[in-house]
Amino acid sequence: MSSTTVPAPAAPPAPRRPATRVSALAGAGVLIRFGLRRDRIRLPVWLISLTLASALTLRSLADLYDTAEGRASAARTAGSPAAIATSGPRHYLSDYTVGSMLSHQMLGFTALLVGLMSVLIVTRHTRAEEETGRAELLRSAVVGRHAQLAAALAVAAAANVGLALLIAGSLAAQGAGSAGLAGALVYGFAHAGVGIAFAAVAAVTVQTTAHARGASGMALAVIGLAYALRATGDVGDGTLSWLSPIGWAQRTYAFVDNRWWPILLSLAFAAAVSAVAFPLSTRRDVGAGLRPARQGRRSASWALTRPAGFALRLHRGMLLGFGAGLLVLGVMYGSLLGDVEDLLGSLEEYRRTLEALGGTTVTEAFASMVMLVLAIVAAVQVAMAALRPRAEESAGRAEALLATGLSRDRWVLAHVTVGAAGGTLLLLVAGLGFGAAGAVATGDGSLVWKLAGAALAYAPALWFTLGCAVALFGRLPRQTGLVWLVPVYSFAVGYLGQLLRFPHWLNNLSPFGHVPRLPAAELEWTPLLVLTALAAGLVWFGLAGFRRRDLETS
Amino acid sequence: MTTAIDVTGLRKSFGRTRALDGLDLTVGTGEVHGFLGPNGAGKSTTIRVLLGLVRADGGSARMLGGDPWKDAVALHRRLAYVPGDVELWPNLTGGEAIDLLARLRGGLDRRRRDELVERFDLDPTKKGRAYSKGNRQKVAIVAALASDAELLLLDEPTAGLDPLMEVVFQDVVTQAKEAGRTVLLSSHILAQVEKLCDRVSIIRQGRTVQSGTLAGMRHLTRTTVEARTARPVTGLDGLPGVHGPRVDGDRVHFTVDGTHLDGALRALGAFGIRALTSHPPTLEELMLRHYGDELAAHGHHAAADDDMGDGPTGGAGGGPDGGPDGEPGGAPAGEPGGAPREATAGGAAQGPTGGATR
Repeated sequence: MSSTTVPAPAAPPAPRRPATRVSALAGAGVLIRFGLRRDRIRLPVWLISLTLASALTLRSLADLYDTAEGRASAARTAGSPAAIATSGPRHYLSDYTVGSMLSHQMLGFTALLVGLMSVLIVTRHTRAEEETGRAELLRSAVVGRHAQLAAALAVAAAANVGLALLIAGSLAAQGAGSAGLAGALVYGFAHAGVGIAFAAVAAVTVQTTAHARGASGMALAVIGLAYALRATGDVGDGTLSWLSPIGWAQRTYAFVDNRWWPILLSLAFAAAVSAVAFPLSTRRDVGAGLRPARQGRRSASWALTRPAGFALRLHRGMLLGFGAGLLVLGVMYGSLLGDVEDLLGSLEEYRRTLEALGGTTVTEAFASMVMLVLAIVAAVQVAMAALRPRAEESAGRAEALLATGLSRDRWVLAHVTVGAAGGTLLLLVAGLGFGAAGAVATGDGSLVWKLAGAALAYAPALWFTLGCAVALFGRLPRQTGLVWLVPVYSFAVGYLGQLLRFPHWLNNLSPFGHVPRLPAAELEWTPLLVLTALAAGLVWFGLAGFRRRDLETS
Repeated sequence: MTTAIDVTGLRKSFGRTRALDGLDLTVGTGEVHGFLGPNGAGKSTTIRVLLGLVRADGGSARMLGGDPWKDAVALHRRLAYVPGDVELWPNLTGGEAIDLLARLRGGLDRRRRDELVERFDLDPTKKGRAYSKGNRQKVAIVAALASDAELLLLDEPTAGLDPLMEVVFQDVVTQAKEAGRTVLLSSHILAQVEKLCDRVSIIRQGRTVQSGTLAGMRHLTRTTVEARTARPVTGLDGLPGVHGPRVDGDRVHFTVDGTHLDGALRALGAFGIRALTSHPPTLEELMLRHYGDELAAHGHHAAADDDMGDGPTGGAGGGPDGGPDGEPGGAPAGEPGGAPREATAGGAAQGPTGGATR
């Protein structure tokens, strides 16, 4: 200012327009590129895995079901309520080509993963940023009030559209007659619709709580609810499925009718939900949730200062959430039990297959399939619980704890105990919900304890999962994420294995594959005892490693 | 005096980074020991080795008569630790976190805990996520000091505390010392160390560069003397131990080795002393003596030297814009007249400080 000549006498400067009027979205473009840059590894991994899963499934379906007779037989098996509950609506069966088989069997499953991906993208770029305080730094720059949320949604949308194109391309490239281009495109974009819908849900949940974990948890609960709604709806008259974005995606009937409009329904839902998220975000402070922070206790209870009591406190929220979710899921499946027999009575072939299994009833066969799903959901919680020590270590909170009279062994074992007991409790809750609802639906009271017992048989598989997590924590602390392979692999093998006629040894690699499939099969103690012993061995192995390694600190 | 901590030749690498490279540290029982060094010098790593959280690659470490790695848990019952970066559980209140940490250590003096909460003006009912950095720090300090640990390991404990709380902290540590506890205080707040510590160890790049009492260290370095005399001073150049004398009319300014202070003052007396200020080297000067070349590498050479050459009162703080520049002798930086003076001052200061290490 000093050296330049100002021609006119200094007039008072014209008041500038307030920055907020410029744009609430200022900086969104930069943030989108920044977000894509940050996720440059993560997103391709998601996209490529999901695309490969779809493409390889189509390939194996095409190999396995290359005759019309084979496909007709598959359609008959796939029409049982148990199969419908874990796959998709019956309408696909009217034209059961390889493509529609893929869409029927696979879409519901990949939709869950796409939803998970989208929720994690949105929370990572919004609430997680606020929680760490990085958002504050960004928001102090020329960044509009809504720019961060808009950018996160845009990154999620871009990932979903990219995924849609990749899946469509990979399916179309396989050409296989029925898997035509139109079907491939509808199939791909059905995923995008689900993903964008759940990204919008996450945009709302990140406003409500101050924590990324809580926000993700809430959004994942919505995904779980959406899945449960479509499962119940598809087995029943289909009404409930229309309340679920996953249901909408499946009602595109890709490779059968190739309808686009259910995808528009997803987009409209996403727009409506985001329209709630943006105003909500202006009703709170940066870094805060909509719910105000409450005052807490001035001092700790006796139980909290015991290692196990403290671990329980850290796991409590997650346990309650999963417990509620599993109870709802169990009750939903249980309420189907009354109809299973009637619906399957007409399916002669299915009945014969079951008889070959060991002369069990149709209801029991259905129940044992549901049990696997419930157990794997419980395994997710157990894996999270077992990874808690690692989370505490990475966050720098373990340091202060382990500098007290608490030994490393006791610290980890407290989490292991709470995780193992919590997982078992979850199985019991799910089994009781399933059994009680089943008892009401069928009038057979013995189902309550029978199904609760069947659920508990999965406890050793959960403990094994937990053991894997502890072993990784002790030996490969940076690779603890590998533990997710256990539930994901078990689900994939248990869920798709029968349809794709996986060789038996693939199923044997899954700890859940060794659990006797009660109530359809007989109880066998040997595999359960072996799994329990292996779990104990893995925990011991992990602890021995942890005792010897450095605590990782920032 | 028995030793509470005895570390010799400690080595630790993280991948390619060498965090500790033959570090020595001896802390006597009942003393408050200052542990000084810039960020990344290895202070926190040393403390984590002492806590058995990290295992040393080489060298030996003994603490309270035990092995920090093997006897970790037993030792932890006798010590309390305040990390430099306190992380709390988001859904536990500060009060709960204090109780948790203190009871896991083996005990809690409830009366002391409440008194400390009061003195540090901490609201124990807030959840961990709601605390600022300073308040998280207070939670850890209260948890550590509410115990009756015989050894306190404090790793830059007051980062984020306001000056008022800093004073409270100093009182509390002084009390701990009076109660006979041993304290290892890692810090780069020099005023704090000067006030609290009996002995200090200065470390850099994983090695101990100097260790001893502050008085002893000062003895090895130079005292700054400024005086006004009745007659202009002459002949200072020839005196042993006198460095960079500068005479400006009736004013004189020089630094002198601790062992030659007496002779220099006698010589000065002959010219009729009207006013005299002298100050021992500040901790800044002691530190800068070891880190002078690093500062030079970062382009802060002139500023640091200027500060040291001119500072009449010493103490903490005081950058190039501090008090000294306002004095008659010091012209504002950047104006032509100031340049020669600054050059001289720089030269004078280089003797005891940067020059020694170069």
